[in-house]
Order: sequence, then C-alpha cells, then structure tokens
Amino acid sequence: MTRHTRLSGLEPLVITPDLLFINVGERTNVTGSAQFKKLIKEERYDEAVEVARQQVANGAQVIDINMDEGLIDSEAAMTRFVNLISSEPDIARVPFMIDSSKWTVIEAGLRCLQGKGIVNSISMKEGEAPFLEQARKVQQYGAAAVVMAFDEQGQADTIQRKVEICSRAYELLTKELDFLPEDIIFDPNIFAIATGIEEHNNYAVDFIEATRELKKRFPDCHISGGVSNVSFSFRGNNIVREAIHSVFLYHAIRAGMDMGIVNAGALTIMDDIDPPLRERVEDVVLNRREDATERLLEIADNYKGKRGAAEVETLEWREKDVRARLSHALVHGIDQYVTEDTEEARQMSTRPLDVIEGPLMDGMNVVGDLFGAGKMFLPQVVKSARVMKKAVAYLLPYIEAEKLRTGDTGKNNGKIVMATVKGDVHDIGKNIVAVVLRCNNFEVIDLGVMVPAQKILETAIAEKADMIGLSGLITPSLEEMANVAKEMQRQNFHVPLLIGGATTSRAHTALKIEPHYKAGTVWVKDASRAVGVAQSLVSKDLVGDFLAKVRVEYADVRERHRNRGPGKKLVSLEKARAQRFSCDWAAYEPPQPKKPGITVFDDYDLSVIRRYIDWTPFFQAWELAGHYPAILTDEVVGAQATELFRDAQAMMDKIIGEKWLTARAVVGLWPAANIMDDVEIYTDASRTTVLATLHSLRQQADKPPERPNLCLADYIAPKEFNKPDWIGGFAVTAGLGIEEHLNRFLADYDDYSSIILKALADRLAEAFAEHMHERMRKEFWGFVPDEALDNDALIAEKYRGIRPAPGYPACPEHTEKKTLFALLDATKNAGIELTEGFSMYPAAAVSGWYYSHPDSQYFVVGRLSKEQIEDYAYRKGWTLAEAERWLASNLDYEPE
Amino acid sequence: MSALPWIHPERVALLEAALATRILILDGGMGTMLQAHQLDETSFRGERFEHGHDGHAHDHAGSCDLKGNNDLLSLTKPEIIRGVHDAYLEAGADLIETNTFNSTRISQADYKLQHLAQELNREGARLARAACDAMTAKTPDKPRFVIGVLGPTSRTASLSPDVNDPGFRNVTFQELVENYTESANGLIEGGADVLMVETIFDTLNAKAALFALSELFHQRGARMPVMISGTITDRSGRTLSGQTAEAFYYSVRHARPLSVGFNCALGAEDLRPHLQTLASVAESYVSTHPNAGLPNAFGEYDETPEEMARVIGSFAREGLLNLVGGCCGTTPAHIKAIAEVVRDCAPRAPLSLATEAA
Repeated sequence: MTRHTRLSGLEPLVITPDLLFINVGERTNVTGSAQFKKLIKEERYDEAVEVARQQVANGAQVIDINMDEGLIDSEAAMTRFVNLISSEPDIARVPFMIDSSKWTVIEAGLRCLQGKGIVNSISMKEGEAPFLEQARKVQQYGAAAVVMAFDEQGQADTIQRKVEICSRAYELLTKELDFLPEDIIFDPNIFAIATGIEEHNNYAVDFIEATRELKKRFPDCHISGGVSNVSFSFRGNNIVREAIHSVFLYHAIRAGMDMGIVNAGALTIMDDIDPPLRERVEDVVLNRREDATERLLEIADNYKGKRGAAEVETLEWREKDVRARLSHALVHGIDQYVTEDTEEARQMSTRPLDVIEGPLMDGMNVVGDLFGAGKMFLPQVVKSARVMKKAVAYLLPYIEAEKLRTGDTGKNNGKIVMATVKGDVHDIGKNIVAVVLRCNNFEVIDLGVMVPAQKILETAIAEKADMIGLSGLITPSLEEMANVAKEMQRQNFHVPLLIGGATTSRAHTALKIEPHYKAGTVWVKDASRAVGVAQSLVSKDLVGDFLAKVRVEYADVRERHRNRGPGKKLVSLEKARAQRFSCDWAAYEPPQPKKPGITVFDDYDLSVIRRYIDWTPFFQAWELAGHYPAILTDEVVGAQATELFRDAQAMMDKIIGEKWLTARAVVGLWPAANIMDDVEIYTDASRTTVLATLHSLRQQADKPPERPNLCLADYIAPKEFNKPDWIGGFAVTAGLGIEEHLNRFLADYDDYSSIILKALADRLAEAFAEHMHERMRKEFWGFVPDEALDNDALIAEKYRGIRPAPGYPACPEHTEKKTLFALLDATKNAGIELTEGFSMYPAAAVSGWYYSHPDSQYFVVGRLSKEQIEDYAYRKGWTLAEAERWLASNLDYEPE
Repeated sequence: MSALPWIHPERVALLEAALATRILILDGGMGTMLQAHQLDETSFRGERFEHGHDGHAHDHAGSCDLKGNNDLLSLTKPEIIRGVHDAYLEAGADLIETNTFNSTRISQADYKLQHLAQELNREGARLARAACDAMTAKTPDKPRFVIGVLGPTSRTASLSPDVNDPGFRNVTFQELVENYTESANGLIEGGADVLMVETIFDTLNAKAALFALSELFHQRGARMPVMISGTITDRSGRTLSGQTAEAFYYSVRHARPLSVGFNCALGAEDLRPHLQTLASVAESYVSTHPNAGLPNAFGEYDETPEEMARVIGSFAREGLLNLVGGCCGTTPAHIKAIAEVVRDCAPRAPLSLATEAA
C-alpha cells in the first residue's frame, strides 16, 4: 500500500502526487477574512456556512477553519460552526483543517470531526514535551498535523533554521510516537516580503529553498503555508497581491510545496499577470535585484488605480439582484463570480434547468440581440460564451441528478451535429459557429475534424439531430461535402444540411451540393449568419418559407451559371500553351543557390517569427473587417479590435515566453528544368537523373496576346535552353505542442482563448513562411543578398520571386503536396503530417514552392477544360475521374 | 515504535496465528436466539429487579419495563446467555461476542439502569469467557476468543436530532468517551480478548470509542486488539452519518485496528461492493457479519443458512475475508453453514502496513 496521506470528510481525499497541489480554502478564517469575522461575531452562522460552501464550490479540497479572535468564544464558535457545516453534505464532503493557535480550540474542533482532518498547527515553541503530548492527541483523534517551523527560540526565518527545526520535529514524531510521515505537513513559515526592511527580502526564497530541501529529505511529508502572508505589505492592492501569490506559488510548487491555504476562488494564473508587473513581482519574490522592492512600488500604484476604478464599477453591479448580475456577467464576459451567482440562482429555482432557461438564457438573449444589431462583436460573444459554459458546467451535475429523478431533459432551440469533413483539419471557423450557436441555446454536438461521412450521419441519427453542419477550408473538402450530401439522400435523411467554411460559396453550394440532397441545403456565409439560419430551420413557422426561398435562390444561381454566355469560353489547351509566358531565355542567367539541398530548422525562435506577422487575417478570423493597423482605430470595430489585439499580444507573450509552441521548418533547393507544363527535378547538378516531376495547370481564359496564359512551370527555364535553373520548396509549422494548451482551455470552457491560440498559431506559421522566404532570397538561394523590405512591403509581396502553395489558386491541385513532402521529407524534418485529404497537421503549417524568376507572379489558374483535365490525368497517371475529383472546383464542365 | 505491550500477549499470539492460516468464524445474532425463549417482564427482572431498579431511587413517575433490555439477562438469566454462546461455539464459531451491545451508560439510561454499565460489561465478558474456555478445553488445538462488544449507543455525535437546528447535538464527544471508557474497563475486567467497536452508524461515535480505548491503553500501559465494524445503513452505500466506505476506513484507520469491516443493516449481497472497497484499501484484516438478508414485511429476517452461505462463500473465494459471522436474524444454523463454506478458502492477505513498508 503506497504511503499517501489519506484524509476524509464524507468522501475520501487521498493525496497522490498527481493532485500536485491541495487548495485549502482560507475564507472561513476570522484572522484572514474580515467578512467572515463579522459574520461570526454577529452570530450570522447561516451566512458563515455559505462562505464554506462557496469555498468548496470554488475548488477548495480542504477548508481551513479558524476562530481565533479575542472577542469571540473561540471554542464555542469552533464547535458550533464545525457541527453546522458537518450537516451540509456538499461542504462536509471535504476534510476540514482545524486551525487555531490555542490547543483547546483545536481539541474542540477535533471533537466534532467524524472524518480525518488536519490540525493546524502544532510546534515545539513550548518545548518537546508539550509538542509530543499534542501530537499524541492528534493521533488519538485521528488527524494529520501541520507542524510549524517554530521552536523554543522562535519562528524559523532562514533556510537553515527552517530545515533544522522541521527535521528535528520529524525525528521526534516518527521515533517517539510512530506518527505516520504522510500525516506530517510542514509549514516552514511564509513571511511578508517587500516590506522595505532588507532582512525580509529573502523570505520567499528562504521558504522556497527550505521547501526544496525538506521535500528531498522527507518525500512522504507535505509542505504547506499561508500564502497571503507573503504579500502583506501590499494590503489594499489586490492586483499586486494576487500577482505576488501566483508568482510565489509558481516557484514554491516547483520546489515541492504541495498544499497551501489560499482563496480558492481568486487564484490568478501566472499567465494572466500583466508582463511588466510579473517581471517586477518575480524580482521581488526571487530577490533577484537590490532595487526590486522600489521597482515594484514604482508601478504598484498603477494597478491600484486601475483596480480602484474597476472596483467601483464592480461593486455597483454586484449590488443588483442575481438575475441582473448574471446578465451583466454574460454581456461583459466576466466569469469571476459566475459560479456563486449561478448557485444563488439555482437555490432560488425549483429546477436547476430553470437557471439556464431563465436568467442565463435571458442574458444570452441580450448578447444575441447586441451581436445581431452589430453592437457586440465576435470576440465579446465568445467571451460571453465562456461565462455561459462555466455556469452550465456548474449546473450540469444538478441537472443530471434532476434528470434521473424526473426524466426531464429540458428544452433547447434545437440540436446540430457539426464536423469538419474527412481529410480536413481546419476548425477555427467551425468552432466559432459552434460557440455562437450554443450561445443561442442550440445544443451543438461537435465531432471535431477529419470526420468521415458515416460518423456524421450515425451521430445525427443517434442524437436525433435537427440539422447537420459541415465545415472545411481546403478545396477537396468541397467534394467531400457533396459526398456527404449524396450519402444523406441515399440514407433518406430529412434534416437540413448547413455548409460553411472559407472555400465554400453560395455558387458552389447551389451548383455542387444542394442538387444532391432534397431535404434542404443552406450555405452559411459566416458565424453571424449561423444563428438566423439555424433558427429559421428549427422554427415550424419559418422553415417552409425559408427553405423554399433558398431553393429558388439556388435554382436561380444555377440558371445564371448555365447562361453565362459565350464570352467566358475557354481557349483550347494548345492555344493557351502557345500563349505561354516567356522571356529571353537565351540571355537569362538563373541565380545559383548559395546552399543547395535540404536545410532543416528544428526549433526556430518564435520572437523572430513574430515580427513577420500579417495581422489583418487575424481580425478576419474573428469577423472584424478592416486592415491592420487602421482597424484598431476603426469607428465601428476599433474598440473591439483593440481589446482583441491586446489579448492576442498578451497570449503571444506567453506563447513565446513559456514556449507553448515549437516552430520547425525544412527548405530545399534542387536543379530543375521546364518541359511544357511540367518541371523536372534532378538529383544533382549533373542534371542526368530525374528525382521528381512537378505538374502544373495552365490558365485557359481567353486573353489578349500581350497577357500570357500563365502556368507555374513557365517560370523555370525550358530544358532546351540548357540553363542551370533551380526550384525551391518549403514546409514550416508553428503549431507543434498546441494540443496541450487547447486541452487546458477546453477544460476551462475557454473557447475565447482557444480560438485566439489557434488563430495565432496560424499567423505564426504564415509569418514563418514569410521569414523563411526572405532568408531563401537573401541567404540560401541568395539572389538578392541585400534585400531590405519592411514587413508592410513583404505583405504587399514586393519581393522578387513567389512561393505558391499547392491547393491555392496558382496550383489548386492538392496531391502535389505529396511530391513536395517527399522531396523535403517534411514529416521527419519538420514534424508535419499529411492527411488523406492532403491537409497538413498541425493545422498551423504552410508548404509550397519557391520560384526565383524576376517576372514570376501569383495568379489564379481558374477554370479548366476537359481537354486539360484529360492531359493532366495522363501526366499524373490518373483516370479522368480521379483528376476530376481532385480538380472539382476548377472544372469548366459537368463531369460524367 | 511506541506500541504498548499487549494485556494478554499469549492470547494475541494465538489469535494472530489463527488469522494467518484461516478465515475465522464469528458468532451470530443474539436477539433472534432470545426471542425463541419468549421471555416476559418477570423473566427479564429476575429476583434482583423484581421490585424495581436494584434499590436505586426510582426518580420518575410510573413504572418502567425492563423487557427488551437483553443485556440485563447477563445478570438475571445468565444460563440463557451462556446457552446461546454454547450453541454458536458448537456451530463452529471461533470468536464469541459478549452480550453487551447496549451496555453503555447512555443506552442503559433508557431503563434507568445507567449505574449497571460497568457490571453488565464485566458479567457479559465473564459469561462469554466461561463458554469459550469450556469449549477450548474440549479442543485445545482450536482456541476460542471473547470479543468485548462496544455498541453504538442510542445517540449520534455528528447528527442533530432537531431538524430546525442542524448545529444541535444531544451527546458530546466527551460524554461518549466517558461512556466507552467505563464499558471497556468492564469488558477487560471480565476477560475479553479483543474489543470490538461495532454497528457504527456515526463515525464520530466510533472515534470517541477509539479515543477512549487509546487513552485507556495509555493509562494502563498495555493494550488490547481492536476490531472496528461499521454499518452501511441502506443502499445509498453510506453510513447513517454520510460517509462512503473508503472515507469511513480513513476516519478510523489511526486506531491501527486488528480488523475493520461492516455488519448489520444489509444482507451479505448488498455489502459486497463496500467490502471490496475495504479489502482494496485496508492494511488490517477485514471482517463482516451481515444480517440474514433484509427484513421482510413482518420485520423478520428470512435468508436461509444456505442462501447466506452461498454469498459468503463467494466473498471468501474472492479473497475479501478474514473474519465472518452473522448479525440480525442469523442463527447457529447460519454460522454452521458459513463455517463449512469458508473452511477451505484462504484468508485475505492484509495489505502490508505502511509502517512496515517504510
């Protein structure tokens, strides 16, 4: 049997290492909470019991109870309070910590405790004999004990004294009394730092280092402490205090502190601290510089001011009734009080579901109205959703219990099964739609990414879904969506199908998806439209008219498409090839690479990549329209964009500072020559052995003679000119390691952070591609060694050469990625995998080709004739049907 | 180690040796056996209480029945109690529980007989001692042991009897400690080999008993093995005071008991999951003495010896048991069937004590 501390309330608490840190709730302590003291003094025990309940609800795994106050009969108060909370199953389920400096008060508490609790504390301050006598009593009462680093000389303040006293106590307890080591919890004394007295500067370090040594010597014992002591000199400045607590805990926990008396409801995550504040707090906690205290004091008042203003506002809305408070929290995205408010609302309701259907939905309706009216923007809605999710998560156990009792499952607007289709890993947009729908009381069953059709359909049946939503980003997904539609028809589905995602369009849906499925298919332009569409589809009154309207509209799109007229007719492949891009190849000298072959980058500095970010698409991901940086001061969305940008910058600091993500890349340069629409790549500069052949597609639009029918292959010198030309390739990712953090946000119901993180990883991957391209031009290929373009110029593509990516307009056929990945060995060299749909995983990845020709430019291949598709199929060794499938979006004709 | 010496080291050695080799058999219910005697008020009173309460002042109006105070029979009809002990020993019991379930000051106060608490315990232990010694004399290779029973009392220390005041208690920890100290002294004096805190509805009562025992041992400078047996009151799977089986064990584990287990309230089958929990966490031996099923509409227990033995047999084969017997509704026939079914099963190996592992 492993030596774990085994405590109990009504339920067991076994302290295993995977619990990491035991939160002991501190609010039921008259010495630490003025509010609780007041309640006890005035004998308002009902309210005092609620304080205990909140602590447990907020995650306290043990609650500390202290009644040490001169004007209180501490023994009587301890007895009464422990008896009261022992009768509350949702409080008594956790073990209690009986806290007093008076032994008689501790004994009064122990005499009311049916479970195994903790005594806080005993020490050798009056010598060994009384210490052992009390410890023996603790054993007889069946409790664990906090042993304070206190001896006949006083409280230990240095590392040496702390370790020495605790070690002596350990010897006595285990040798004289047979006290279980795991029932010993050392408190090596947390003292206030940054007091202005020099001797105090090292107190936090003393505690942390003593903890490290004690944990090493006595691995079965625990280390605890009263955390709020450390920040005592910043009383009245809660932001700074909480920052000190979280920095202190961060380091102390790493040293082995595994229990602490904390305000379980108000633990700031280290990451949430404003970076300049965090740095100065760390200086103080770790005693890193002599002027640390002064430097923290310099900026401390800034936070005090901020908080002061915020507090005035806070107090005002906190005074309102619970319904108004919940509404305020939802509209403003404040999740701080949502659990207690939800609990209060729950107690006022007959059924837990009433809280959701009443105050919470009312609040979300306000959010929905504001969003619909353009007065709120997506980032705010996602924050509101975070609050909603936390409230619902809190209510869920009660709802389940209610369900078991009554069979009542409550009602929602409707149920939708959503998925990113097979072969595709992109889900930012889908997740946003899911959040928005959930905000509007739809039940969303999100199947994630790369979901096969059958799984989507089976889930829809099993869950009795009211509709199905498909999403995808890459072009093969369009084809897969059509497949799902066909499957739904074949299996006789009757629920509407929603289509969304960046490459989807009204035209594509009308032409390629809707005709396959009779029960109704609707393209949803963006998240803000999703709610309206979904609501129309679930409403018995609206659905008929709505679908009829959509059908007419799509039929009209098809009609117009058919009647596009002869003006848009394509030229023959032969004519297009005749009008190819050319230059004076005989006079052209292709640049020779400085570093041919493969170059691998295992762990690229994210702070360098960050400088290359193009922020505009980041705002687009959140459906905020406008260009960066002008968007930050935009009349309509400026405030929201600024707030979002600030949150994104803060997270980016953490991504880099704490290495959330790892960036890897591989680039390559190979000898190449052009043959018609293909490019041959050779194993070496002798150009004798073909390593691979790249296949390109050619524009077939009818163009004037001076404008060539472009094809990427044309940018490589034709073989017949015998010029030593080269082609490059790259694959980069900035998404390695993202899962862990996404899971963390998921566990915290924090879609807002999750979506920011994904969008930032995407931005970093794109920026990484930009940066690598620059290094390619300046160093590896080196044809413009002294290029000096700023980021705006880079974003405006003012450089020489291009880096088209397979799957994008100049080379829309995704399977070419397979050749690229093979050449680069990108899975091994950069950790990027290809899905069966040729989507890259991690999703935050970019790959493509480098062309160096000074006249090369990005273009759109556009529609292709059957003649070219047949030619392409022949070159790829495919059947016509295969080529038509992979190029479905580019076909100028209806395949058979 | 600060462990005190045993009061009867040679008895403990015999008991430990037996536990190491086989599943030991506890006796069965006392109440069921007494009902068969159809005793009336006169029988309960005997000569000693014919006219009242043992010469003590009768401080309340009217008379007070003593019928139903089974523990009193140790004084007024000792031959009947001895007969029950003998019947269980004949059926195969290794350990006999004293007739002292209600012999605490608090419980006897319901009959105004609180002054008898120590005497009832002492005499109850003596009766069982005599029965066990007589049987051991017949088969010296199979020693029999006396379990001094400490019952739950009629009050609960962690539950309020007043629905309007959840903070109220009608008994304190200290009162319980005094009660149990007095009773335990009587049991030790009367010759008990082991003390068992049993039928624990409220763990705080048990903790008071365990505190009393540890203090008593500390005063005497010698100790006695302690058995602990809780009661899961219904199918919610918790004690009356709300604890799960695992939480219950952690709450009493500090007493370093010889055994821990569950008895009463439920039949064997319903105890299975809780025994499994105990067996997976307990460093001590594990015991159980269930009722003969759940009571029927007439408040009678009607699980047959065969039915009960079948379930107990499966416990034994599953490796859950070290000690097993019966509680309400069980008879010597039940004990005989149980003894037979577990005879060839190996006892559960206790998890190594944390103190030994270190």
